[in-house]
Amino acid sequence: MKKLNSIIQKLGSNRLAWSMFALAAILLFNLIVYPEFFKITILDGHLYGSLVDIFRNGAPLMVLAIGMTLVVATGGVDLSVGPVIAVTGAVATSLIGLEYGSTNTPLFLAVALALGVAALCGFWNGILVSRIGIQPIVATLILYVAGRGVAQMITNGKIMRIFYEPYFVFGSGYFLSLPVSLYIVLLVYIVAWLFTRRTSFGLYVESIGINSEASRFTGINEKNVKLLAYTLCGLCAGIAGIIISSNVKSADGNNAGLWYELDAILSVALGGTSLSGGRFSFAGSIIGALIIQSLTTTIYSTGVPPQVIMLVKALVVFLVSLLQSENFRKMIGSLLNSRKGAIQ
Amino acid sequence: MVNDRVLLQMSNISKMFPGVKALSNVDFDLRAGEIHALMGENGAGKSTLIKVITGVDKPELGEITLEGNIIHPASPRDAQKLGISTVFQEVNLCPNLSVAENISIGHETIRYGFINSSDAKAKAKQLLKQLDVDIDVTRTLADYSVSIQQMVAIARALNIDKTKVLILDEPTSSLDAYEVRKLFDVMLKLKKNGIGIIFITHFIDQVYEVADRITVLRQGKLIGTYETNTLPRLKLVYSMIGKELENLDSLSKMKGELTKRTEVEPFMQVKALGSKGSIQPFDLEINKGEVLGFGGLLGSGRSEAAHLIFGVDIPDSGTLTVNKKEYRHLSPLKSILNGIGLCPEDRKTEGIISDLTVRENIVIALQVGQGWFQYIPMKKQYEIADKFIQSLNINTPSPDQLIKNLSGGNQQKVILARWLATHVKFLILDEPTRGIDIGTKAEIQKMVISLAEEGKAIVFISSELDEVVRCSNRMMIMRDHQKVAELEGDKVNLEEVMQIIAGRSELEKA
Ligand SMILES: Nc1ncnc2c1ncn2[C@@H]1O[C@H](COP(=O)(O)OP(=O)(O)OP(=O)(O)O)[C@@H](O)[C@H]1O
Ligand SMILES: [Mg+2]
Repeated sequence: MKKLNSIIQKLGSNRLAWSMFALAAILLFNLIVYPEFFKITILDGHLYGSLVDIFRNGAPLMVLAIGMTLVVATGGVDLSVGPVIAVTGAVATSLIGLEYGSTNTPLFLAVALALGVAALCGFWNGILVSRIGIQPIVATLILYVAGRGVAQMITNGKIMRIFYEPYFVFGSGYFLSLPVSLYIVLLVYIVAWLFTRRTSFGLYVESIGINSEASRFTGINEKNVKLLAYTLCGLCAGIAGIIISSNVKSADGNNAGLWYELDAILSVALGGTSLSGGRFSFAGSIIGALIIQSLTTTIYSTGVPPQVIMLVKALVVFLVSLLQSENFRKMIGSLLNSRKGAIQ
Repeated sequence: MVNDRVLLQMSNISKMFPGVKALSNVDFDLRAGEIHALMGENGAGKSTLIKVITGVDKPELGEITLEGNIIHPASPRDAQKLGISTVFQEVNLCPNLSVAENISIGHETIRYGFINSSDAKAKAKQLLKQLDVDIDVTRTLADYSVSIQQMVAIARALNIDKTKVLILDEPTSSLDAYEVRKLFDVMLKLKKNGIGIIFITHFIDQVYEVADRITVLRQGKLIGTYETNTLPRLKLVYSMIGKELENLDSLSKMKGELTKRTEVEPFMQVKALGSKGSIQPFDLEINKGEVLGFGGLLGSGRSEAAHLIFGVDIPDSGTLTVNKKEYRHLSPLKSILNGIGLCPEDRKTEGIISDLTVRENIVIALQVGQGWFQYIPMKKQYEIADKFIQSLNINTPSPDQLIKNLSGGNQQKVILARWLATHVKFLILDEPTRGIDIGTKAEIQKMVISLAEEGKAIVFISSELDEVVRCSNRMMIMRDHQKVAELEGDKVNLEEVMQIIAGRSELEKA
């Protein structure tokens, strides 16, 4: 008992440990009820299997979670990432055009412009929050509401199919046996890590999230730091948008990226970054995203009826949050202690 | 009225934090109707002892009895119900509630299920009046200065009918002499009513003025409990810091040398700088190699003046000239780039970044000055942090400790280190020694003067007049949000300064 308690307390101080623990538990569950889960087959030199699927399907969420982490760490939140995903897909698709096997705009340019639009969306959010001083939830809600409308306008209210093959590489291509989208995640992670930890940007973000008044006294330019955080979050949403539209080979203003903002916020929270801002961890958020994705995959592969999916998801998220909560751990701790006392 | 009835008894208390033994086997007792001072260096364990009594921290070992009964308070609220009322070192009020709400919250007068706000206001007014504080209790707390907030916290602690024990953790660190007097009057009155008071402070004079007994802690261990009137001051200091205190003669000599210098080179010129409702326009010259003291009562506008100069608040009149350029106003970043720093008064809200480490808190202002892309290499960061942990005697298990886990005085030292680490040419120090123990205080004063010797311009603000007068070559005196006088040379002495502060008109002087 005592040992269990001390393990809980020790693990407790490290929120990342809890999310890894949760991820491992979910995977273990799969191993037991569905041994096929871990099977990886090689076909045409490509890896296939549920595990690979988790990474591949989770790629957009992981990228999104990285961007969201920055915004959350400043003490804000970005609700508009789902619609920005839709906008990006729509922009890229309309630039590429509907002809079979050819594109109206060079691929590189089309992607760059689409990402530019996404970054612009983030910039807009950043302006509203940092210069005009609108509460982040309200400020990003504006684009949340408007974004899908814009995407639909670009696609004329229809689902636009893409027939230009090179574009599919982002979402469904393979390189050295692994999905290309995984490399994208890795690249985004490395660049984000370098940009926050090898410049002072990360320190500023955390500092503002913890105590913005004291940060002001140290000369940190809160406005610019926030503006940049929201812009980068928009950019990440754009990258996710490209991966998604490339994967489904179409742009759907209505459904692309639906509910992704919630999953992204959950990933960040599960990864141990406090939603009130401050210390952040990209690695944690990526693990958070993997938890959510493997949960989805698990639920599908065990054949749980779709109505229950949301409930199961909610339950797991609830459990992980409980484990991360200091108050809850204290409660458990004192419960174990008093039991121990009763036994003696 | 001290009787020997023991009110509160703590025996064999031990408390560990990761890497720190904050209290080891400490015994402590408080009698009814006594004022018991708790003393010791920064990080000695004073606040931890208080947190153990009030249920904030759970001791690993030990027992607490109140009037003979063992108690296990689980929270300050619990302790309050038992009759233990506390003012914590870091004022923990709600800045965005009104003063009246802050005082009455938790013990509202409830009528028909609603909080009776007019009762609350009247009660708050009356409690503050005891302390001679006359303010609008309907305004939000954040509108008021640190010292007023401290008074509100005290008033709140007095708002309990059946208090047996009153605990005051460094209540005087941000008060001026007059406010301290008022607080002491109230403490003496409570003492007469048989209340036991635990009083923590770093001011030796204050202890000798009101305390009946003194308990000294050092590095978490009990050194002893003494009757105040049988304990010589030197012995008290010795038991606190384990060595003799250096005398301050060298300080006045250092200052003398500084004053003798004839050529002054201006660093900044302030012309008619002011802000409506906060401070009347004032002129000021800030010179290199000089310590300029700001004197005045709390709330006289000293911090406001500093904020206007540094640019955290924006003035609505006047100009600042620095590095041959004239500005309507600065901003913290512009100030830093111009070589100006401000070490703020309110360490909790304007100073510490609680979840960052000691190292990060120290290097952050330096980093801001260097810009986004010249990230200070880790090795350098540790070097800088270690240097100041050494020189300011910061009590921390490592530079990677979160600053929020440090004792109050040690947090203050870190904030000071943050600004000493920057390469500013002009440093404004707003209450830099607040809550700092006597040993380090003298070190800091010396440091201030030697910074000026190196050619830096220093503005020194402190509600401890002795300290300002001891360190300054020149002083600006403020009263009622206005600059009323500027003193130089021999005129910078305690008597002169006190008279002006108290309100001797310029006419009389002539
Ligand atoms: N939550 C905590 N986690 C880790 N260490 C802590 C924590 N709280 C206090 N400490 C450590 O315990 C020691 C005693 O701290 P305490 O606050 O009691 O000192 P103090 O005597 O009140 O000092 P000061 O005069 O600076 O207020 C310090 O070394 C401090 O770093
Ligand atoms: Mg303390």
